Amino acid sequence: MHGTLPYTTEIRPDTGLTNPKLGIWLFLASEVMLFGSLFSSYALLRSAAAAWPDQSAVLSVPLATLNTIILITSSATMVLSLVGIRAQRFDRFRLHMGLTLALGAAFLVVKVFEYADKFAHGLVPATDNFLGLYFTMTGVHALHVLIGMVVNAYLLWPGARMWRTEPQRFTNRVEVAGIYWHFVDVVWIFLFPVLYLL
Amino acid sequence: MFFKYLFSTDHKVIGLLYGFTSLFFLLVGFVLVIVIRWQLAYPGEPVPGVGALFGDANAPGGIILPEFYNQLGAMHGTIMVFLGVVPLAVGAFGNYLIPLQIGAPDMAFPRLNLASYWFYFAGGVVMLASFFVPGGAANNGWTSYAPLSDLAPGHGQTMWLVGMLLIIFSSLLGALNFITTIVQLRAPGMTWFRLPFFVWAQFITAFLLLLAFPALQAAAILQGMDRVAGTSFFLPSGLAVAGQPLEVAGGGNALLWQHLFWFLGHPEVYVLILPAMGIAAEIITNNTRKPLWGYRIMVYSLFVLGFLSFVVWAHHMFLTGMGTVISAFFQATTMIISIPSVVILSSLILSLYGGSIRFTTPMLFALAFLPMFGIGGLTGLPLGLATTDIPLHDTNYVVGHFHYLVAPGTIFALFAGIYHWFPRLTGRMLNDWLGRIHFVGSLICMNVIFMPMFVQGLAGVNRRLWDGGAEYVHAQEVLYLNVPMSVAAFALGFFQLFFVLNLFMSLRGGRPVEPNPWHATTIEWRTEHEPVRIYRDPYDYSVPGAPTDFVPQHHAEPQRV
Repeated sequence: MHGTLPYTTEIRPDTGLTNPKLGIWLFLASEVMLFGSLFSSYALLRSAAAAWPDQSAVLSVPLATLNTIILITSSATMVLSLVGIRAQRFDRFRLHMGLTLALGAAFLVVKVFEYADKFAHGLVPATDNFLGLYFTMTGVHALHVLIGMVVNAYLLWPGARMWRTEPQRFTNRVEVAGIYWHFVDVVWIFLFPVLYLL
Repeated sequence: MFFKYLFSTDHKVIGLLYGFTSLFFLLVGFVLVIVIRWQLAYPGEPVPGVGALFGDANAPGGIILPEFYNQLGAMHGTIMVFLGVVPLAVGAFGNYLIPLQIGAPDMAFPRLNLASYWFYFAGGVVMLASFFVPGGAANNGWTSYAPLSDLAPGHGQTMWLVGMLLIIFSSLLGALNFITTIVQLRAPGMTWFRLPFFVWAQFITAFLLLLAFPALQAAAILQGMDRVAGTSFFLPSGLAVAGQPLEVAGGGNALLWQHLFWFLGHPEVYVLILPAMGIAAEIITNNTRKPLWGYRIMVYSLFVLGFLSFVVWAHHMFLTGMGTVISAFFQATTMIISIPSVVILSSLILSLYGGSIRFTTPMLFALAFLPMFGIGGLTGLPLGLATTDIPLHDTNYVVGHFHYLVAPGTIFALFAGIYHWFPRLTGRMLNDWLGRIHFVGSLICMNVIFMPMFVQGLAGVNRRLWDGGAEYVHAQEVLYLNVPMSVAAFALGFFQLFFVLNLFMSLRGGRPVEPNPWHATTIEWRTEHEPVRIYRDPYDYSVPGAPTDFVPQHHAEPQRV
């Protein structure tokens, strides 16, 4: 039945889109509203707070900088994996997608160390609203990284069979996964200054 | 064979799954309110028959405890809105009809569509299960205002949050699927302004679901953190419970919850109304045998409604003391948003003018929708202005207002839709006489239930009162209304039996009909399965010179005589 659905792989001429591409952009629009609501809550709570801790003194800016570099690099490797698959070079796709996956894992490992360090110092979500927001917002973001990694791992291993049967559709899937991954990256680009630097 | 239907990715099957499930939840929500109405009319008297089933923790000796009453109220609202009306209007009607009306083979993402249904189902199960955990279901009103909801004991409120997250996720998947389907899968020739109005209404609705729901997602996550991890996002400093200062960090903002909730909540109102307008428009043109009056203006109005619905939310919050400047802004936007609603309603009324109206059962429901929605809308005007809202807001007046919009408004349109499209589903008509009894009974009962609420509200009777106002002096003069209102609610239940009976009897025993029994122009009625090409506007009724009084959209130019 899915084979009969038009525009799953080919572009509809009058809209210039494939279904999955429109779908992922709509999904990201709702994600913008989700993170937008969280950022708005942060702004409202902080602006109304009687006292707000010095954020960069509570959190580790070096670790967050490291994580920023990791995530931006992973976006670059994600692009390279798409370039590879478009050039019909499955080996390059596999290399760069593998790197993306590894960098995503590295990001989460750093995050775990950061969290563990906070807990070890008795800094928990209940401590104050800044830490509450820090754990909530980075937690929701980390969940998104994790979901992205699951998608990437799927494309790397079980989903890669599609490359042999429907190469164009597989390429589109890599592109769509990339759009999501870049979005998760962009969210972090906002989280980093707002939570660590401001 | 059973699994074939439960896990089918066919949009018609998923639409039916949504339909059955949401009708079940409408019934659950209705049963809850029947118990509420008993308590309001006869406070402190044991609920006859079923009272013993609630258990001693909720209703010792069958007498409803205030805590249990609060559960009933909160869950009635939640179930009716999020598990009943929206899934029926959007999930069932949208899934079934959109691909058929635009000539698409299926939804754009069939498996996502199935996932969306199962997330909704899981959310419903969590909500129902919450009645059986210690402490019972959520009892902080369907709006779950903080800090009350933050501090509510037991697990009911936490389960409410989990259930909402599942339902929201389901809506998001459904919404992006609907939009993609409408943008990408329109049949050749189905240009934007040849879309049936119903499809336009669902299109705008999907955007509201997609962009408004995430605010409640964020709010539910934050409240979940407050409840589980001990944060104080919604807990201001210096809060004391039962004389003891609360041991939390504080510094939170209770209004933040309301802002996030109503940022969803107001677009949600239009999620409830727009599909109903779409259904009413389809049925009214079909039964007046005339093109829809002002089709384009109506579509533009939908856009204005959709956009403005994101900037009116705080008119639910005039009572919170958020300040006159903010109130002034939101009452201005609220007055503006009434214009497109009036444009759509007026266009529907003008569509009747000069038509030779067929008073079929679906048409009766659609016609009743117009004045009922009108009453709901007009009684909303004083609530949109801060000065008049403040004395009315926490009274039964508000309950009457939004129930007129949703119950004899939206639900009547949904009934109209069921009567109208039942032959498309089954090839059989629903029984006309049972339908008419259902209609007349429901119309009378609905008005007897909700009209006195305005009287009580203007007299100052507070809503959410466990005893219906019996302990207040100012309520005494209008207290007698509670009994006829409740009797009408029970009678409303009785008249729904005709509908249920009709539904089951007509499945096998209904009068068999030809494929396009209403002689409609929209293409969901065509019988051919091959891909379709569209040649004409959606409502080519009574085209001069055409051989019949309807020319379906997929017919090329009719032979001029």
